[in-house]
Amino acid sequence: MTGWHANTVAELSAALHEGSVSSVELTGLYLARIAQHQGALNAFISVTQEAALLQAERADARLRAGERGALIGVPIAHKDIFCTAGERTTCGSRMLANFVSPYDATVVERLRAAGAVMLGKTNMDEFAMGSSSETSYFGPVRNPWDPARVPGGSSGGSAPAATATDTGGSIRQPAALCGVTGLKPTYGRVSRFGMVAFASSLDQGGLLTISAEDAAVLLAAMAGFDERDSTSVELPVPDYTASLAQPLKGLKIGLLHEFFDQGLDPQIEQRIRDALDVLRLEGASLRDVSLPNLPLSVPTYYVVAPAECSSNLARFDGVRYGYRCERPRDLLDLYQRSRGEGFGAEVKRRIMVGTYVLSAGYYDAYYLKAQRVRALISADFARAFHEVDVLIGPTTPTAAFELGAKTGDPVTMYLNDIYTIGANLAGLPAISVPCGFVQGLPVGMQIIGPHFSEPRLLNVAHRYQCESDWHRRAPPGFT
Amino acid sequence: MEWETVIGLEIHAQLLTRSKIFSGAATAYGAPPNAQASLIDLAYPGVLPVLNAEAVRMAVKFGLAINARVMRRSVFARKNYFYPDLPKGYQISQYELPIVCGGAVCILLEDGTEKRIGVTRAHLEEDAGKSLHEAIPGLTGIDLNRAGTPLIEIVSDPDMRSAREAVAYLKKMHTLVRYLRICDGNMQEGSFRCDANVSVRPRGTEKLGTRAEIKNLNSFRFVEKAIQFEVARQIELLEAGGNVVQETRLYDADRGETRAMRSKEQANDYRYFPDPDLLPVEIDEPAIDAIAASLPELPDQKAQRFITEYGLSAYDAGVLTASNELADYYEQVVLHLAGHAKLAANSVMGELAGLLNRDGLEIGASPVDAAGLALLLQRIVDNTISGKLAKEVLEAMWQERASADAIIEARGLRQITDESAIERAIDAVMSAHAAQLADYRAGKDKLFGFFVGQVMKATGGKANPARLNELLRKKLSG
Repeated sequence: MTGWHANTVAELSAALHEGSVSSVELTGLYLARIAQHQGALNAFISVTQEAALLQAERADARLRAGERGALIGVPIAHKDIFCTAGERTTCGSRMLANFVSPYDATVVERLRAAGAVMLGKTNMDEFAMGSSSETSYFGPVRNPWDPARVPGGSSGGSAPAATATDTGGSIRQPAALCGVTGLKPTYGRVSRFGMVAFASSLDQGGLLTISAEDAAVLLAAMAGFDERDSTSVELPVPDYTASLAQPLKGLKIGLLHEFFDQGLDPQIEQRIRDALDVLRLEGASLRDVSLPNLPLSVPTYYVVAPAECSSNLARFDGVRYGYRCERPRDLLDLYQRSRGEGFGAEVKRRIMVGTYVLSAGYYDAYYLKAQRVRALISADFARAFHEVDVLIGPTTPTAAFELGAKTGDPVTMYLNDIYTIGANLAGLPAISVPCGFVQGLPVGMQIIGPHFSEPRLLNVAHRYQCESDWHRRAPPGFT
Repeated sequence: MEWETVIGLEIHAQLLTRSKIFSGAATAYGAPPNAQASLIDLAYPGVLPVLNAEAVRMAVKFGLAINARVMRRSVFARKNYFYPDLPKGYQISQYELPIVCGGAVCILLEDGTEKRIGVTRAHLEEDAGKSLHEAIPGLTGIDLNRAGTPLIEIVSDPDMRSAREAVAYLKKMHTLVRYLRICDGNMQEGSFRCDANVSVRPRGTEKLGTRAEIKNLNSFRFVEKAIQFEVARQIELLEAGGNVVQETRLYDADRGETRAMRSKEQANDYRYFPDPDLLPVEIDEPAIDAIAASLPELPDQKAQRFITEYGLSAYDAGVLTASNELADYYEQVVLHLAGHAKLAANSVMGELAGLLNRDGLEIGASPVDAAGLALLLQRIVDNTISGKLAKEVLEAMWQERASADAIIEARGLRQITDESAIERAIDAVMSAHAAQLADYRAGKDKLFGFFVGQVMKATGGKANPARLNELLRKKLSG
């Protein structure tokens, strides 16, 4: 009973259907591994052992009854931002430390219906606000490749096969820093219903998986129109696995000029160029593409996202659920202390920035201007996709940094998102795939495509993963 | 100095949708606290709003009915402020791009002339919940049943010049929203309420004075009283050399005065921005045309038709079309009566309205239905009873829930039209009052009335008045 954890979802599913392992056995194995590594990594906020084993039993029964389904009995984890009925949903915050949602998020509901077994809820930056998974009320998450380093954020705990969310890079950045595959779908592809909102116009649910193939299997189960989310798009969900193996001949790749800048670690640049050589051998052609407004994405994002967050987080007021301060004197005291004590420093910082940029007299200068720049960035991308099929660049400027290295300087921390934010502002799908190591730390290559081009992104990523094994490497001590 | 009053109203009308504007929870009034609050109304983490299409259709109806521009694209925005009965910490409303822009209605002034009152805009928004300060001693209860109830906020231009005009405009809108069946107009339950912006300026000047906003007025009488009080207060203040402060005031109905609630300095900065959870509302031409085709006959159109079709005065037509139900009732009476529109109008606006008013009933709850009233009026027309006796019959119908004919029969009220019977009565009266007869014949014409009275008395009021007059005049003159 060892070794299963190194398998992809596709491999696990095959074994489950064939009967060489049961879901209860697999679930037990993963639960044991979580217990083994939780102390060192702090990847989980809640482990839902009992519910997981019950779900696994039910999955085994379905399989015995001859039912077929790519996710039946496959153990997964959910980022603790997705509401799960009957289990705690904390969002990494003291504010929701004891909050039990009365309903399931659409993503949770769909994966449950598909037969996936929920192992637990993964740790994250508080309310998904961070680039290092250090702002969680439940303590920082550590990088399995080097526990002294951050795993990236905000979806820092979602390592094996797990749901996650990406507002400014929170799937792709930790994927790159931990050596896994991370897919942020097109805005509107995956329902946001039941996902605790950070910045509504940017938030998108997605996946952290070993391989692009796994992402394809899981996305097919998660995606699709949801009448409960007005921003979800009513388009059919394609069979993402069907086009995975398609040859790359004729694929036009744009190299994002603005991503290969002075801020990029030259060794990372080399890994990306090596990966591009692989794709070229597969039949793709390369050309340089410039998106002149892209360098404005960090300031733009750090106006828009805090603005929306300042409003989205107003509901956490100590009145109906969540943290409430002890013995409030009056209404104002209830608000001030409940929010003052319930939120951490980074969340408060963003609420204050957001409140400021929306205030009378500043709205035009900040929020409105940021929205205009956002439109320019979207237009840059649209122009680029007239010329090329996908854009490729690094996911992060550096490999994983040490815990505490950037917590004292928010702006330095924000600059980690420099390559990932553009796709969020433009609502585009993007995937990060492992493409090598720098001083023993993983590096990610980012592939960005036009709206709803997930089949193409997964195809490119899969073909690359057929020719490389970076995504199958395990950290020392985790083999 | 002579002062001119300037008033603008913001009306909040609850839309008659079955479910809330952004959730599937019911909107019915009077449920136990929080029984009609869904997770969306409670603003649970992760929930999202979904727009109720019916609310949009209702707003479009309203826009069309006031000849406004229905915007092809409108946008929901968040109005951010903290209050316990506002669960999300923001109200979803429309701000820069409302669904309805620039319409107008006409009101009838006391001198009989019409005045146009402009409507700046009307937008969709959600209502807040209620804070119950008296329910639990020492604590404030929160009832979120009303949270998320769809509202249309109708903002007028500052076109009204007196409390009377403001009330006339408010009544006009009240009539209109009920005609359109988009609001039940129940002011006591708060489904139709308004805020009044009031200022005064020296007559003849252009510049608007500093205004005060009186919040949450929920009866026509309060609107009138509150504005009158506020105007007097402002004039007194200005004449004493003071200044009006821009502020929000509350009307205290018990004391009949307005009181400051919060000043502009304390006002919230609402930090409006477009709600990223909702797409812009896009309405195309065919959709608007379909809604336009479904509009009922509107009050003004109906009043105009009553004038031409029934020969009513503008005033009568206005009164009878004040509610769709009243207008329908009236038309039913005319239909059953096969004409006699003026008689029907007088009866509905006179005796019937008097009885309804006395018993505090709406027209829909009238114990005498349109067919019943028509039959009664028919009996006047066909000379079975006199108009005077008809009042007595109606009162009896009202109390006993019986038909006019049954009452007339039971009480023996059938009018005497038989000439010989009337003649006999006249003869008897003439012989009993020889002195008066002599005086009359000597030229005291005024005594005619005396003889009419005596004959009526002798016949128990049942003599047909026209016939009586005719016969009496002939007999008295010898």
